[in-house]
Formats: sequence, structure tokens, C-alpha cells
Amino acid sequence: MKFTRAWLARHLATDLDFAGLAEAMTMAGLEVEDVHDPGAALAAFSVAKIIEAGPHPNADKLRVCQVDTKDGRKEIVCGAPNARTGLTTIYAPIGAKVPASGIVLEARPVRGVVSNGMLCSGAELGVDTESEGILELAPTLAVGAPAAAALGVDDPVIDFEVTPNRPDWLGVVGIARDLAACGAGRFIETAIAPVPGAFACPVQIRLEAPEACPIFAGRLIRGVRNGPSPAWLQLLLRAVGITPRSALVDITNFLCLDRARPLHVYDAAKLSGPIIARLGRAGESLAALDNKTYAVDETHCVIADRNGVLGLGGVIGGAASGVSAETTDVFLECAWFDPKRIARTGRALGIASDAQYRFARGVDPGFIREGIELATQMILDLCGGTPSNLRIAGKAPPPPAAIAYAPTRLVKLAGIEMPEPRQKAILTALGCRVASARARPWRVTPPTWRGDMEGAADVVEELARVYGYDKLNPASLQRPKGRVRPVLTTTQIRAGLARRFLAAQGYREAITWSFCARADAVAFGGGADQLMLANPIVSELDCMRPSALPGLLKAAQKNVDRGFADIALFEIGPIYRSDAPDGQSLVAAGVRHSAPQRHWRADAANPVDGFDLKGEIERALEALGAPVDRLQLLEPAFAWQHPGRSATLRLGPKTILAAFGEVHPRILRQLDVKGPMLGFELWIENLPTQKAKQSPARPALDAPDLMPLTRDFAFIVDEAISAQDIVRAVRGVEKALIADIAVFDLYRGAGVPEGKKSVAIEVTLQPRERSLTDDELAQFMAKVAGAVAKATGAVLRN
Amino acid sequence: MTQTLLHVDAIAQDAEARIAAAADEAALEAVRLDYLGKKGSVALAMRDLGGMSVDERKIWGPRLNALRDGLDAAIRARRDALAEAALDARLAAERLDMSLPAPRRSVGAIHPVSRVMEEIALIFADMGFAVAEGPDIETDFHNFTALNFPEGHPAREMHDTFFLNAKEDGSRMVLRTHTSPVQIRTMIAQQPPIRIIAPGRVYRCDWDATHTPMFHQVEGLVIDTESHMGHLKGCLMDFLRAFFELDEVQVRFRPHFFPFTEPSAEMDVRCDRSGSTLKIGQGDDWLEILGCGMVHPNVLRQCGLDPEVYQGFAFGMGADRLAMLKYGMTDLRPFFEGDRRWIDHYGFSPWAAPSLAAGLSG
Repeated sequence: MKFTRAWLARHLATDLDFAGLAEAMTMAGLEVEDVHDPGAALAAFSVAKIIEAGPHPNADKLRVCQVDTKDGRKEIVCGAPNARTGLTTIYAPIGAKVPASGIVLEARPVRGVVSNGMLCSGAELGVDTESEGILELAPTLAVGAPAAAALGVDDPVIDFEVTPNRPDWLGVVGIARDLAACGAGRFIETAIAPVPGAFACPVQIRLEAPEACPIFAGRLIRGVRNGPSPAWLQLLLRAVGITPRSALVDITNFLCLDRARPLHVYDAAKLSGPIIARLGRAGESLAALDNKTYAVDETHCVIADRNGVLGLGGVIGGAASGVSAETTDVFLECAWFDPKRIARTGRALGIASDAQYRFARGVDPGFIREGIELATQMILDLCGGTPSNLRIAGKAPPPPAAIAYAPTRLVKLAGIEMPEPRQKAILTALGCRVASARARPWRVTPPTWRGDMEGAADVVEELARVYGYDKLNPASLQRPKGRVRPVLTTTQIRAGLARRFLAAQGYREAITWSFCARADAVAFGGGADQLMLANPIVSELDCMRPSALPGLLKAAQKNVDRGFADIALFEIGPIYRSDAPDGQSLVAAGVRHSAPQRHWRADAANPVDGFDLKGEIERALEALGAPVDRLQLLEPAFAWQHPGRSATLRLGPKTILAAFGEVHPRILRQLDVKGPMLGFELWIENLPTQKAKQSPARPALDAPDLMPLTRDFAFIVDEAISAQDIVRAVRGVEKALIADIAVFDLYRGAGVPEGKKSVAIEVTLQPRERSLTDDELAQFMAKVAGAVAKATGAVLRN
Repeated sequence: MTQTLLHVDAIAQDAEARIAAAADEAALEAVRLDYLGKKGSVALAMRDLGGMSVDERKIWGPRLNALRDGLDAAIRARRDALAEAALDARLAAERLDMSLPAPRRSVGAIHPVSRVMEEIALIFADMGFAVAEGPDIETDFHNFTALNFPEGHPAREMHDTFFLNAKEDGSRMVLRTHTSPVQIRTMIAQQPPIRIIAPGRVYRCDWDATHTPMFHQVEGLVIDTESHMGHLKGCLMDFLRAFFELDEVQVRFRPHFFPFTEPSAEMDVRCDRSGSTLKIGQGDDWLEILGCGMVHPNVLRQCGLDPEVYQGFAFGMGADRLAMLKYGMTDLRPFFEGDRRWIDHYGFSPWAAPSLAAGLSG
């Protein structure tokens, strides 16, 4: 919403300067977004008069003008067709910067004649969008007068954000009323007198859809002259970016901005029969004032006559019934439309007119009769004519209901101590009625333009707003009594641990979109219809992601493309299985692109592989409090996993805690990622919850005095047997005795049959009560060999 | 008197010379055996003592003992010297060029948004706020209706909402446009007093230099029977001071509109835009930093709380924006690009967690 200081001055008498006004508005809740002074760029420009426009010796189309300027008589070369003797226009001296082009003027010959300045068009000065020639100004203007004042652009323009709750701020009068209540000046009341009709209104009004248009006031005015509107009105409109059209149109635009009261004028000669406000009918259409044709349907409220649709009520008028320079009789409309329907219609048809914007937010239902009287008077004043009686069909929607408000509520909710008389005075200044200040609670009736005020909290807001939020005493929150308790959930703590652990392992934390392309989602096991966005911002981001890996893989590849071949990224974020709250879970996912490094030490040059990743994941799970020794390593479970070089870590067969390994080349191809890439996913919420500890004290340390001892075994097994099968078989042998089992060698070749492999393990035994005898040790070794043979068919290698 | 005894002095002289000449451990051991071994010169001489008179023994016994002890000490000393020399030689031989680079192992980094979330949680945890969460895919009820955005109200247009495909019954889920639905979920699930913050991802259909379709917010909610707007202002000022690590932060607290709070406000902080980077806490400009207000009675009612009894406040702020203001990023878009150079530059060491004792920004 834009307005100028001159406009505001029609409704507010104030001593505040412009900055003070902007500040007062902001503190009253009208957030000033921009203050623009269009005159600033015109400071160097001034009014001048062409004393003589003579021919140019070397060019037919140029004129050599003798011009009276604030700098005295100047010879200026001008190419405009309208440069003629006696013309009053705008002069730019040498050194001035032309606003539209940014060019700084220099004294230089034009086809052999030096031009000592420039005569300007409206376009060059940035006050018109296009110009035929140089400006033609009133001859009464004094030479040397500043251009900004002469062009009426010396008034700064305030642009501010109107929040949806305050449609009354969409009119300058509403702004003035609020500023006055906040102490920024005195509100200037304008009396609106009824205009007596000279004859009965011959146009009937029928309301066939009162739910869409409950009230419609109209009157006919005969014998108007629809010429250009007067200069003051044109200036006001131009200053806020509205092009003046004709007096009648300018009057409706003016009242729309001045009073937030949209109106419509029809050329009465083009109307036929009664005016009907009804719902649209399928098949109808409207050729509108914006030169577009809109299909009308049953959801729209239309204004129609016998011949069909005249306009979309409250949204846009029709071209056919619009006023023109030839119009003599007009029918004036001042109606009220259901805001929701107007909002829907505007959205559906893509129309955001000033009228639509206001009706959608709620026009004052108490300003219908006064609105049309004001408009009538303006038309009579500017266009002449004879008005009919006023005709009003229907009933205005009910005004806001009275609010029960206890004056003590202010201090309770806002912490502001304010005497009751002051409270009442503020509410009254805002247009509220306070029925009886002695009754408890008060009955506060908001004005008709404040449909947003519904309850005591709204009254408190009004009082606090006028009192000034800046005067509010800040009070620190009291810390809760008693000891400080931890506030994070287990999952939140684990997410934090995972974040620090992974970063410490060399992963850089990324945050990627929660949505991805559906094809990618499908490749990662997602892509369900219920997770598709109806209005994605781009088609590659149209589906809620089933995994963080697609985004991470693409980001990693971008880094590789930039020359960082050794890149590890992770993300801790949501993934989605369904659209239900429990369909979202938190994962830690990571990717690694590892190229062989060039390093002087051979063993440091190896790229990271799936086993390094396995180690990271196991340690991560341990850090997060997973029971690592109870985890099972099982086959891969996800399409993104390389079938032979990846695995899952599970707690029981169903609960997958983590998946890791090489990323399937097919997936990489799908994502357009070159790879090779390693990836992992860790489902933080799948980790078992830890039992709440009774006490932070640890159990006693178990550190036996006896030395541990180790024994090595080498088993020859089928290739299909996994190291884990052997370890698990050993672990079952003497649980109390075995402290650790480590696989330390894997061998294929001489001495081992084809299709078999040798797996060597070191078993650490921890005797507790006494040392083991040779016999016991021999028995143990036999048991181990037996158990592994039974479980895997292994034989001991000699 | 035997031959041997007569030669004690000669033995001593001879042995000392050989000890000194022994070039290594083996040569020294041979010397030791020659003199102090079972058949060595000293042992043989000792044997002669048996044939001596008591008087003679009194003389020769101590002399031979002294000879043995002296040689033993000399051999030990020589052995130590040889060992030292051998170690020196070995050390000289095994010298490495320690200026060669270590195997490369880069340390990763924590994203500044995570960092800022941690800082915020820490500050509010100290004021007794718990951390609550809610889903990203929300119902229209939680994201709008319960927050007093009536169906068709223009306030809904303030949010460029992402919708999911309509269900069979015509309803459609939305991606939450703010973290405020967590207020609703919290108030429905738990009784006052309530103090929570709710950090998380939010989504709006908007993408330009200052907007991304996904970003982060932190919601705050306090519900009890007495917290009023003065507490709201104080709580947020306390937060801003702690977060920006300033002794005093000047704020501008001004009216605004949110459907779910009444009264509603926005808070600006004093800032300086004159230089190349924005400075918080000084200058002549104001920067909007958060929205807040007293929880709207309709919202309390939606959650089954009586607005005559309970009241409180809510606030919401952009975590990415706070990160930018505190740590100096000028563009929002790289937050979501995973560019290693950006993460290395703006990220945080995993070892430097924010703490009340060690400071927030470390």
C-alpha cells in the first residue's frame, strides 16, 4: 500500500516530519517497507521557457532554441518535434544526471552547434513511461522553479506492508485514524452529507445470491462530462503509481485508496434492464477491463443485466459497460461481497485488482451508504450531472459484536499498568464504543471497519499497540524451581553424538532437500503417490525423499567435479515412508568418494573401502549406545547397496540399525553420479532405548589378576562360509572364558583346496579363579575346533 | 708362593688393557671369561690361596678379591659404554625425515545450522525449555486451522504452501510452512506449565537469492498462568544477548500480525549495514529478527486449554538467518549445496561443542 504525505495530510494534521511519520507508522504496526522520494533525482532540473526555437544550420530535424533558465539565457539544441517558441518545459543544466539513462550531460556540439544543456521529456525524467516529445507545462510556471514541484513529484511516497488483519489500512483515512490514536497527529473528520436525488432511480437492483453479495447500493447520475480529472487528483494518483484515465475512473480509484472503498461506474447507456447480483453460470464469460476474457462459473459472483454478465462483482468490471469520454449517464455501484468468495475468485482467475485485494480482506460494511454519497458528491463536483435517489438492496452484514473486556486484562496479558480512563480514551480514539465504563467487564464494541477485533486479547493488543511496545518493561523468565533437568530426548542426544562422531571421522555435514525427483525416490524404495507434492517448486524436487542418499550422492559428485576427489559428506535429517507423523524418521546418512591418494608412504595411499566404513559404522553405533556385540551382520537390504560389497547391521533379523557399503553402480547411473561411492544409512530411532539408569554410579571394575592368554586357530572352510559364522560358533563355546575373538588372517592358495579359504582367528581367554591346566586348555581347543566344524564344516589347517 | 700370585699385578694390567680394547659386547665377554670365568686367571689364582699359610692368606685374599671386584666393575663400565655407543650408532642409522607429511586424514565439520540449533537449544535449556519435535508433513489442521488460520483466510496466502497430492476424501497434507504446528501438538499432548522450543525444517514454495524452498525455524512456546508480554520481551532479549554474545542488545519491539498470536509483535535488532558485513548491536539500522506474540485464545481453546486460566507466549525465528547474521554468510543458497569449500569455511569443529562454560561460538 502506497500513499504520499500530501494524501495523508487530507486526513491527518501532524507536525511530524517524514521520518517521524514513518517511525510512528512502524511502531503502530504499519511496517514501512520503503520511503521513496522521487523528487530527489530531479534536484538539478528546473522549469524553463523557450524564447525562440529556430532552425539548425546543419539538420532539418533539430531546433536551436534560446531558452530562459535559472542560469540565464542558454542556447540548447533540441530534437523534439514539439520544441517551439513559447513552450514551458524542463531544463537540465550541464553536469546533471538524467534519471532514466544515468547519462551525465556535457557541453558538446550537436551537428556543429554547442548545446548548453538539455530540454527534457517525461520519460527521460522517469515521471512518465513513454513520451512523444519534451514536457509541455503550464505557461504560468515560473522559470527556475524546481522540476519536482512543477511535476508534482516532490512528495515522498511511503510504501508499507498491510497485514491481512487490517483491511482498514488499505485506505489512507484508516492510516490517519490509527496514527492519530497513537499520538502522531489529529484526525481530520470529514462530514459526508447525503446527496438529495432529483428523481427516482430507474434502475432496479436484484440480489439473487445474498450469500455472495448481501448488499448493493446504486444510483443513476445523468448528464455527466467524463473528461480528464483535475490536476490535484491526477497528481495524487500518479504519485502512487496509478495512471489517470478519466474523471469517473479516477474518482473510483481515489476512493478505493482513500477510503478502502471500491466502487464501480457503468455507462448507463449500455445497461439493459435491472442490475442483478447473482452467481455465474457455466458457459458465461466476461470480456474484462484488462482486455482479457474470463470464463465465469457458479463459484463466481457476477453483476449482470438482461444481456448477460457486466462484471465480476468486486473483482473486475467488463469492457462493454465501462465508461468512456462519450459517457453521459452513469450507474454507480457501491456493494459488499463475501471476502472468501472474492479471494477464491481472484486466486482462480489470477486477478489481483485493487478492488479484489480489498474485498478479499474485508471492506468496511458500515461504509456503504456513506461511500456512495461521497462518490456521488465527487462525481457531481468534478463531472457535473444530476443524481437520482439512492437505491439500496439487501442488508449489510452484521457489525462486529461487543467484546466483554475486563480492564485488568491489560496488565495480566501484556504487563502494562494503565489507568482505566486512558484505556477508554484509546479505545474511543480507535473508533470503539465502551458501553459503560462502570460495568464489569466492559462491553467494547469495535467499529464496523474493525472486523478483526473479536475478543479481549484483541482489545489488549490495541491498547498495547497505542501504548507502545517499545515502552513495555522486559522481564526475564524465572528459572524453573529445583534442579536443572536434561531436556533432550534420547533421539536428540543420539543425533548430536552421531553428528560429532561423523564429523570427527572426516565427514562434512551437509543439509540437502527433503524432497527429490520421483524417479530417484523410486530407485531408493520410495515414490508413493501420497508423498508426491502437488505443487513442486521444480519438477526435480517433486517427491518426499525415502533416503538422504540421493541428495548426498549428487552433492558429493559436484565436489568431485570441482576437484575434490576425496570427499565425505553426511546429513542427519528426516526421511519419509508415509505422510503420517510416524512415517517420518531421523537418519544419519553419509557418502564417501575415495580416490587413491598420492602419498610417499604406500600404506597411506589406499582409498577408503567398505571395511573402513564398517569400522566407522560400528564405532558410531557403539558411540550411540547400541549393543554392538549383539548385532548381526546380514546381507544388504536396499536397492542402493552393491549386492556383494555391502551389508546391514541388525538387532534381530528385522530391526535394521545400519546399512553400509559400496553404492550399486546402477543407482549411480540413475543419479548421474560417476562414483565409485561408498554410502551408509543409520536409523537413529531404530536403536533400542536405553533403560533409565537408577544411579550414575558404575558397577565395580572387573579386572582379573590372572593374565589372559591367546590361542590361534586356522580353519579351512568353503568360500561361502563367512568369517562371522566362524566367530559366532566360537563365541558359543565357553562364554565365561572367552574375552575376545579376532580374525587375523585370510588365505587362499597353496595348501588350501580350490573353492576353500583359510580363516585364522586368535581367541583370547581370560581365566578368573585360577590358571588353566594344560588339560583344560587342550579340551577347550578341541571344543572350539568341534564347534566350528559342526557349524561350518571347517577343518583345522595344519 | 705360586707363579700366579706373583703375577697379580701383571694380570691386572693385562686385563685392564684388554677390557679397554674390547670393541664390542662379544669381545668383552671373552675378556670376562678369560679373567673372571670359572677357569679364568683370577679363579686360578684364588685356587692357590688354599695352599697358603694363614698369614699369607690374610695378605693375598683381600688382594685377589680386590682384583676380581675391580675387573668386574671395569667390565661393567665398559659394557655400559659399549651399549651407549651402539645405541648412538643405531639412532644415527635409523634417523627419519620427520618433515615428511603424515598420512592425510581430514577432520570433517559441523554445518552452521546444526551449530546454531545447538546454541539456541543450550540458551533455552538454561531457561528451562525442553526441545519438542513434530512432523514435516502436517495436516491442514495443525499447520493452519488450529493456529487460527480459518479456511480461505488471506493470512494463509502469507505462506507459499507446498501441498501433497489430495487424498481420496479430498483432504491434502501440507509441508509445514512453519514450526508452529509443534505448539499445537505440544499443547494437546501435555498440560501446562509448558516451556519448549521446537527446531526443524520448514518449507515454502519460494526460491530466490534470499529464499529457499526449505529452511529452518525454531519455535518457542511458554504456557502457564502468568507469563505476559513483558516476559516475552525479556525472554527474547535475554536470548538475543546470549546468542549474539553481546553485553547489551538494542531491540525494537513493534506490533505485527500473526493469526495465532494476539497481541502479535516482531522484534528488530540494531544493526549496521554501512560496511561490507552487517554488524549486529551497533549502527543506525534495524533488522527484523523474529516474530512472536501472546498465544491467541482461539489457539488455546483448540488445544483444550481455557484462555481464562492459561496464557503464554510463542515466538519463531529463522535458524539459517540467525546463522547468517552471527557468522557472516551473505547468501542462503549454499547452505543446502554441500559444497566442501563452504562447509570448511563456515562449518565447526566436532570437538568444539557450544557450552555455557566455554562459550557459545567457541
